[in-house]
Amino acid sequence: MLRAVGLGAILLTFWLLLSGHYTPLLIGFGVGSTALVVFLSMRMDVIDHEGVPIHISTRLLLYIPWIMKEIVVANIAVAKVILDPRLPISPRLVTFHGSPKTDLGRVVYANSITLTPGTITIGVSGQEYLIHALSAADLDSNEQDEMDARCTQVAEG
Amino acid sequence: MIETVLDYASWASILGGLFFMVVGTIGVLRLPDVFTRLHAAGMTDTMGAGLLILGMSFQTVVGIMHGETSYWSVLIRLVFVYAFLMFTSPISTHALARAAIVSGLEPWTNDHEDDA
Repeated sequence: MLRAVGLGAILLTFWLLLSGHYTPLLIGFGVGSTALVVFLSMRMDVIDHEGVPIHISTRLLLYIPWIMKEIVVANIAVAKVILDPRLPISPRLVTFHGSPKTDLGRVVYANSITLTPGTITIGVSGQEYLIHALSAADLDSNEQDEMDARCTQVAEG
Repeated sequence: MIETVLDYASWASILGGLFFMVVGTIGVLRLPDVFTRLHAAGMTDTMGAGLLILGMSFQTVVGIMHGETSYWSVLIRLVFVYAFLMFTSPISTHALARAAIVSGLEPWTNDHEDDA
């Protein structure tokens, strides 16, 4: 129930921010569509810890600055590789072992790996992640361990 | 004074975003197969789009300082656009890579050159 209220609050805030017209009619439309979406989501049984993961929102917000920094560093590294006349790539498929145990944690970790250019998650089975890396240098194990630990902390506290 | 600084920061971000867009495109053309090209394509929607949106956000802040209150909603929308990109871009990249591997495409490697 708390999640349904949370979803409604998020959707209504989103409507109000995007609308920009604060007349009773349009706010009424907003409240009506919010209620309809929450009702349909409840009927579809998608309001759970995966559909509305509000319990990780604070930790996710704290994670954003770190992942931004990682994205910038990785982008500069890949840009250097692409602009190098010798094109020094050594693409490879590798399997990582990740520590997140919940599905949500695995999604956060797999998406974080893909978001940083130079590594793409191709598949996840259990705790094994199949990764495609542009060059061996993108597979810095310290950095992957830190991302692993931070993602586990975001999703599982 | 602060508006001039914001304007320069805005242009620096927009030019930086353009740089990463162009480099990502060059990468898509230069790299050998779909997996390596996805790395280059990933640059355009993380750093390229990110810096362009940051530059546009600086412009809206300048507008807000000139008293254009309607620019607040533009700023909010820009933040949302980037937030949605952060969630959708890795999923589409993953879907493409997965489709390629499932259909039996072998990733390009240069390991044999390393051995020689």
